[in-house]
Amino acid sequence: MKIAIEIIYLISSILFIFGIKFLGSPKTARKGNLFAAIGMFLAIAATLFDQQVLTFQWIIIGSIIGSLVGIILAVKTPMTGMPQMVGMLNGFGGGASTLVALSEYFKKNPNYPVDQGLVFNLPVDQGIAIILSLLIGGVTFTGSMIAFGKLQGIVTGKVVRYPLQHPLNALLALFVLGAGAYVVINPSMMSIVILITVVSLVLGVLLVLPIGGADMPVAISLLNSYSGLAGSTTGFVLANNELIIAGALVGASGIILTNIMCKAMNRSLMNVVLGGWANAGAAAASSTTSPKGDVKSIDAEELAMLLDSVSSVIIVPGYGMAVGQAQHAVRDLVNLLEKKGVKVRFAIHPVAGRMPGHMNVLLAEAQIPYDKLLAMEDINDDFPNTDVVIVIGANDVVNPAARHDKNSPIYGMPILNVDYAKTVIINKRSMNVGYAGIENELFFYPNALMYFGDSKEAISKLVNEIKNL
Amino acid sequence: MEEYMFLMHVYVFALAIFVGFELITKVPPTLHTPLMSGSNAISGITIVGAILSAGLEQFTISTILGLIAVIFAMINVVGGFLVTDRMLKMFKKK
Repeated sequence: MKIAIEIIYLISSILFIFGIKFLGSPKTARKGNLFAAIGMFLAIAATLFDQQVLTFQWIIIGSIIGSLVGIILAVKTPMTGMPQMVGMLNGFGGGASTLVALSEYFKKNPNYPVDQGLVFNLPVDQGIAIILSLLIGGVTFTGSMIAFGKLQGIVTGKVVRYPLQHPLNALLALFVLGAGAYVVINPSMMSIVILITVVSLVLGVLLVLPIGGADMPVAISLLNSYSGLAGSTTGFVLANNELIIAGALVGASGIILTNIMCKAMNRSLMNVVLGGWANAGAAAASSTTSPKGDVKSIDAEELAMLLDSVSSVIIVPGYGMAVGQAQHAVRDLVNLLEKKGVKVRFAIHPVAGRMPGHMNVLLAEAQIPYDKLLAMEDINDDFPNTDVVIVIGANDVVNPAARHDKNSPIYGMPILNVDYAKTVIINKRSMNVGYAGIENELFFYPNALMYFGDSKEAISKLVNEIKNL
Repeated sequence: MEEYMFLMHVYVFALAIFVGFELITKVPPTLHTPLMSGSNAISGITIVGAILSAGLEQFTISTILGLIAVIFAMINVVGGFLVTDRMLKMFKKK
């Protein structure tokens, strides 16, 4: 029986590998997800035949509750809520790792809680794995829940600072490692194991709290990576290769995404994790002079007339489109313009929104075909040949200061060169600064026109005006 | 053999990390979110450990922790795969 279970675990691991591979290409992605799901089903089924599993009522009850919650979340969450949904699911994975590690620890004293004499028989390697599981799983759990809170608007999306932030976090991490080493040598110190768990949970809160809303794409992908690593450490605890492999695959994919996000902001991972940007922004705002010149604005009617005589349009969506839930109005606009023979495309900055690929998901929901969505490097050279660019709720990622102003905190960040187009329309609610806390000189450019208003309202109004022409 | 087991697991881990990096060097931005939620569901593989704990013969504190872990991991697995499929269903070429 044992060998059969191991073979199924192997098959399941291979299905995970194919699943992740297929998830990397649009044509095969759905199949990839299905492969991974089958792999998971096989792994669960095989585990039920493990000789350790002797009672089933708790497994059944837990599975029913978990599945129901999972189904409800997956079906009910609107597409605009995807970032927080992904954040929360990450957290549950991490939480499960922590719980399994604790559970395995208590198994080492089989008489607990009847026999309070507490003699724990814990091999060193398993002890190390348990401590790492508690640390990574705990940080992933509470860190993801804070990320969820920030994205949901329950916890402030601003950069939060507290006294002695970095020394405190370093101290807590060192404590976990030190106390962990002690427990590995003295496994019977149950209170210290519980303390390690609590400190890890606190550390997750403290690490994610300082990260600002617009840095969430990095935080979410990093936590995704952690949830994988937590799975791997659980694999070490259980001496199970499948968990180690599956966790490592997820860990690696999370790191790759984290890297892409960091590069798109021209920032190091350290800088994001330590919550550095807002500081720089505040300093820059006070030291550099704000751009001078006139800001011109345009109303819906004028904009409709302007769009009546163009041949190419690029739309640049940002977080403002997500907040305003304007994706369906944007689709109507695209359809109208295309009916007039206008070439419409989208330019997507890698960190637009609150998670990797956020804009793509929203526009897909509005049934905009994904081949109209172009990545920054594929479309940046086309702006000079474009009549009108419509920026919807994006700010820092179109700020030309990133190209030439060495004093700007966003200097060096790759941006969409929208200012090279003949006309740039910027839809924004107000002249307020973006996440980096700096003025956007683009708004003062001679070819820029502000189109003020909530994204959904403004675009709907524009659609009506075009229809009335 | 027993004392080399841990090393063997480290071995597997190291190789799997490399496989992970090789698998997904080039992901189109369109798939960033589904890749994240799909891989996230895979990290729910911790369910294996949760089941082993929740299915213990005797009801102990480990069983309780296992039961909560089964709930957590199941949310992760079921929610993750379903929401990924829901997203991928929307992605259409013209």
